Amino acid sequence: MHRKRNSVWNTPVSSDAIGSATKPLNSFTHVEAAGWGRGLSTLLRITRMNLRHPWQVAFAIGSTLVAVILQLLIPKLLGQAVDQTQTAIRGGVTGAAAEQALWISALLLLAVSALRGLVTMMQNYFAEAVGHHVAYELRLACYEKIQRLSFSFHDHVHSGDLITIGLLDLEGVRMYFSTALVRALLLTMLIGIGAYMLISTDPVLGLVALSFVPFVAWRSSVTQLRLRATWLDLQERVSVLSRVMEENLGGIRVVRAFAAQAYEMLKFDRASKSALDLAHDRVDIYVPNTSAMTLSFFFAMGLVLWIGGNKIIAGEISVGTLATFLTFMTILQMPVRQIGLMVNAFARASTCGSRLFGLLDQDITIRDAPDARPLEISEGTLRFDNVSFAYPSTETRPIVKNINFEARRGETIAIVGPPGSGKSTMAHLIPRFYDVIEGAITLDGQDIRKVTLATLRKAVAVVQQDAFLFTTTIENNIAYGDPWAKEQRIERASESAQLHNYILGLPAGYETVVGERGVSLSGGQRQRLTIARTMMLRPSVVVFDDSTAAIDAATEQRIRAAMRRFAKERVTIIIAHRLSSLMHADQILFVDNGEIVERGTHEELLAKRGRYKALYDLQMRSE
Amino acid sequence: MAQEDADELEGERNNVRDDGRRPPRAVVGSHRIEEEMFGRAFDQNVIRRIWAFARPYKAKLFISVSALLIFTGTQLLIPLIIRYAIDHGMAPGGIDHSYLLAAAGAFLLAILVNFAAGYTQETVVGKTAENVLFDIRRAMFARLQRVSLSFMDKTEVGRLMSRLQGDVNSMHEFLENSLYSVGDIALLFGIVFVMLWLDFRLGLVTLSVLPILFIVRIFWLPRARDAFMAAHETNSVANGALAEAIHGVRTVQSMERQQVNFILYDDKAHANLRTHLIAAKYAQVMVPIVDGLTGLAMAVVIVVGGSMIMNGRIDVGVLVAYLFYIQRFFDPIRSLTLQYSIMQRAMASGKRLTDVLDVKIDVQDKPDARALSPEMDGSVEFRNVTFGYNPNHPVLKNVSFRVHPGETVALVGPTGSGKSSAMALVHRFYDVQQGQVLVGGHDVRDLTQESLGRQVAMVLQEPFLFTGTVFDNIRYHKTEATRDKVIEAAKAVGAHDFIMSLADGYEAQLGERGGNLSLGQRQLISFARALVADAKILVLDEATANIDSYTEMLIQKALIKLLEGRTGLVIAHRLATVRGADRIIVLQNGQVIETGNHDQLMAAGGLYSKLYNLNYASFDDIPEEELDASAQADSQT
Ligand SMILES: Nc1ncnc2c1ncn2[C@@H]1O[C@H](COP(=O)(O)OP(=O)(O)OP(=O)(O)O)[C@@H](O)[C@H]1O
Ligand SMILES: Nc1ncnc2c1ncn2[C@@H]1O[C@H](COP(=O)(O)OP(=O)(O)OP(=O)(O)O)[C@@H](O)[C@H]1O
Ligand SMILES: [Mg+2]
Ligand SMILES: [Mg+2]
Repeated sequence: MHRKRNSVWNTPVSSDAIGSATKPLNSFTHVEAAGWGRGLSTLLRITRMNLRHPWQVAFAIGSTLVAVILQLLIPKLLGQAVDQTQTAIRGGVTGAAAEQALWISALLLLAVSALRGLVTMMQNYFAEAVGHHVAYELRLACYEKIQRLSFSFHDHVHSGDLITIGLLDLEGVRMYFSTALVRALLLTMLIGIGAYMLISTDPVLGLVALSFVPFVAWRSSVTQLRLRATWLDLQERVSVLSRVMEENLGGIRVVRAFAAQAYEMLKFDRASKSALDLAHDRVDIYVPNTSAMTLSFFFAMGLVLWIGGNKIIAGEISVGTLATFLTFMTILQMPVRQIGLMVNAFARASTCGSRLFGLLDQDITIRDAPDARPLEISEGTLRFDNVSFAYPSTETRPIVKNINFEARRGETIAIVGPPGSGKSTMAHLIPRFYDVIEGAITLDGQDIRKVTLATLRKAVAVVQQDAFLFTTTIENNIAYGDPWAKEQRIERASESAQLHNYILGLPAGYETVVGERGVSLSGGQRQRLTIARTMMLRPSVVVFDDSTAAIDAATEQRIRAAMRRFAKERVTIIIAHRLSSLMHADQILFVDNGEIVERGTHEELLAKRGRYKALYDLQMRSE
Repeated sequence: MAQEDADELEGERNNVRDDGRRPPRAVVGSHRIEEEMFGRAFDQNVIRRIWAFARPYKAKLFISVSALLIFTGTQLLIPLIIRYAIDHGMAPGGIDHSYLLAAAGAFLLAILVNFAAGYTQETVVGKTAENVLFDIRRAMFARLQRVSLSFMDKTEVGRLMSRLQGDVNSMHEFLENSLYSVGDIALLFGIVFVMLWLDFRLGLVTLSVLPILFIVRIFWLPRARDAFMAAHETNSVANGALAEAIHGVRTVQSMERQQVNFILYDDKAHANLRTHLIAAKYAQVMVPIVDGLTGLAMAVVIVVGGSMIMNGRIDVGVLVAYLFYIQRFFDPIRSLTLQYSIMQRAMASGKRLTDVLDVKIDVQDKPDARALSPEMDGSVEFRNVTFGYNPNHPVLKNVSFRVHPGETVALVGPTGSGKSSAMALVHRFYDVQQGQVLVGGHDVRDLTQESLGRQVAMVLQEPFLFTGTVFDNIRYHKTEATRDKVIEAAKAVGAHDFIMSLADGYEAQLGERGGNLSLGQRQLISFARALVADAKILVLDEATANIDSYTEMLIQKALIKLLEGRTGLVIAHRLATVRGADRIIVLQNGQVIETGNHDQLMAAGGLYSKLYNLNYASFDDIPEEELDASAQADSQT
């Protein structure tokens, strides 16, 4: 499994290799040059990935070559047959001999066509197979990468964009082998050899017959490149439209609560219109050009007919030769038009590929250090040593400043503070969702950056403030972190979280499917589900990030009672706003603006008469 | 006990992992049953509905069909002109060029007409199909704005999105293709006709190849269709799993599920690869067959036609024309049979689209619904309301209470007791099963939803923010709200300071769902949004649950002035939040069990006072027995 994955993340092409390959002709834009350079290196990289399936590639290419030759034989045979009839009419040969010659031509034609079909089948199949295999590898690589990329990456990349990469861009790369590489080979050979054969038969007529080729190749490439450019734009506009729809549906309760349907329709119409307009523009780019291409083709055919006709009259060529020319032209018509598609496929693969590789080459900022060792828990002591942190987007403004505290197994640390004071951020530092900027967090003296991520995250569980539930059964959701768990353990966890009775009351019990983000559960039920899910793990440090806010005090008490034993085994950190949730803690930290402004036990803090006391008075005073 | 558990568990884990079995309880992606991909090829009802969307473009469709027919006609004509030229204008050694000239002239004319017709038809078809596509999507989206929330609760956003994108696109493909198949049919018949007309016998012999293709296609189609369907299905399964990984990535990482998920995903990706390879085989196997048949037809023409030429029965031009026609002749058949599967797929998509367009709107304005005037008094009344998401399991049972104009009333109670549901009824997200909800003295069912919505502003339990700036989010649909008003609201909820500390202040872009803010900050913004809505009734569902009491106190102070004369409905678990309310209603298990102000309820010594005291005391002080007692009392809920 692992090897397979690594094979996809091949090292990018070294930069000077690209540099020499694509020296800009005149260096008026560095940007342009860089763009082409990167495009080329992307294509090389995809090609290398294709070559990792050498047998299939060899079959595809071999059969392409054979297919071209067979394809070109067909007009020859047709022309030959026509001429045979002509000679027979003019009495050149006896009837029987002519019949026989016709039979031979006919059988040859049949054999060549059938064979060509077979070879084309192989060509297409193997070309597609290469693409599908590469797509499979890339799919796995993307999935793995997305799963591993750190929170800060996901913070600034919209999920819709990642989905686009995983769906559309991957498709563009998949199609590269069959629609760009193999087709390029096919077209060069077909047009090249075809042109040679025509011109060597009759230079004038040959040139006339081919006169449409340069025009069509040019128009078709230009058109496809323009379509390509607008396609990117269209994709952008369509993704705006998708976002409008998706957010509307996801936030439908907000939309309804504000009776904002009209406003949402307006937003939709705006996005929709901009996409529609561009779609129309694309039709306007596409149609005139394809029509002009067809016209030029037919025009050349007319010329061949006229000039060829005159030549026949003059006795310079036979009717069969004319038939050969005309058939050749029909055979070449499609491939020549496909030049544009091929150019498009190259362009598409290079844009899609560079986006896809952009994702795959992302640095995973949070990963095991080279000498990382498994975390070993003995005492189970968590320490914050002068910890400071800022998000990449808030560089200038530290969110957490100089935090120090220590918690031993069985102890409870409580954190209170106004919104945005950095409580959740502190919690996210312990399992290394983000890395501290200064200071260190240690578990039993081991810096968390020096132990393996997997063991660390097993040892630290965070009940997230806004819970994500998966669209699957309640049972699977509870067992998410431990899918091997026995049923009794799942039930015990949900009993501790005071959810068991409720679940039993549901018609489908534990098999009830809970929807996205858990609609159809009440806020408190959702929170209890996440608590149960966390209790399935066996962490040494557990953080409850405001996870009882939507649970009434009585239920919360029961949860805590059930968890007493659970808490004895580990360090518990509670972030809460309701003081009754945390006043039993061994140490309470009051944070504001990322700093600890007060600390101590409940009694000590009350005695201090500071901000904690003020909070206490607000919640407890009995007017 | 916990330790035992752990040991038992560790042992179990290792065993299972070593022999590489899949974990029994792990899935990636929602494993819903895939919808039918191929419907009946022809579903009258669906056709009628889709036709309704095409009807506005009738004139354009007429133009494009005519252009298409002309286009096909010129395509048929060109080989005939060539034939004419060969047979009449190219006698070797001839001196009369007029036939050739005439042929060339005719050819030029034909290709010009071909150009014009092709141009017209492609432009019109291309644009019209896009228009229809966007119209259908708009109609669906508009429908979804009106369908009842109970439908939306049940339906995943991802699934609706695939309706709005995938299914609409396959409809688009169908529309375009069905026009082209008109052309294909015309071409096929045209070719058959012209071939027979040129020479009946030769035509008949050549055409005898056709049935072979039909027979092959009949055997091929069902199998190929299954293969295509499997490929499509595994594809959407794999994509669904990817989408889930993206949305749930934070949970995946915090639960260390990456490895398990990767293995599971690999299964799906591999199934996807396998089915695609099979589908490719089925698609490609037709190539040699069609090519072979083309070769056969050409061979027949050469042998039979050739001897006819030698007998002087036909001219050589006919033979050349035949060879032209044969090369074109399998195209329409090929695309028509493909058309059949496109059509089936489109019918399935069309069916799903019409399902969305036809979702019953349970909550609908009455024909004579009245607009709720902003001057109404702001009272809210529940009269014997019974309501449940599932009619057999009422969530609210015979609930009655009244909130007088300008009052602030709190709803408290254990989790799942129906508080949020009751608030949803004020806004008529759902219709009650029994009883009445009155706002401003009118049954909400007699009012237009629009006017009701404008007078009831809500802060929902789950703050939801849109992509965009902070300013846009606070202002939301009140586009007429001034900047001052937005800032005033932000100040009132204490959000102004942190907004100003963001890099671009009010113009700062929020991440997806406001991800770059803390939850409390998101809640404040959604609170501010409700204030800007400037409604007579304000519903706060746990609006300050994730906010500390001090900030909350500041908000409450600021609100006193802002909310003068307005009615407030407040839900909170932190009872301190609601202590000051004019009245407190205690819900348990969907029933109102106590009402009164704080002091009255405390004196009564019921559930409220119990909850309040729990809030108050540290739980270490509560004796076990009491906890057990309260556990028992509530386990009946
Ligand atoms: N959309 C829904 N579809 C089906 N059932 C639902 C839906 N929303 C809530 N429920 C169920 O209705 C009951 C009442 O839920 P409600 O959200 O009203 O509770 P609540 O009092 O607000 O609880 P909390 O304090 O936990 O938010 C719960 O059992 C819940 O599971
Ligand atoms: N992903 C992020 N990117 C950038 N800034 C962030 C991100 N998450 C939070 N912040 C900012 O960091 C600060 C601290 O946020 P944090 O979530 O830690 O607050 P909190 O104390 O948990 O607040 P609350 O009580 O509201 O949950 C806030 O100002 C917030 O805007
Ligand atoms: Mg937080
Ligand atoms: Mg609720």
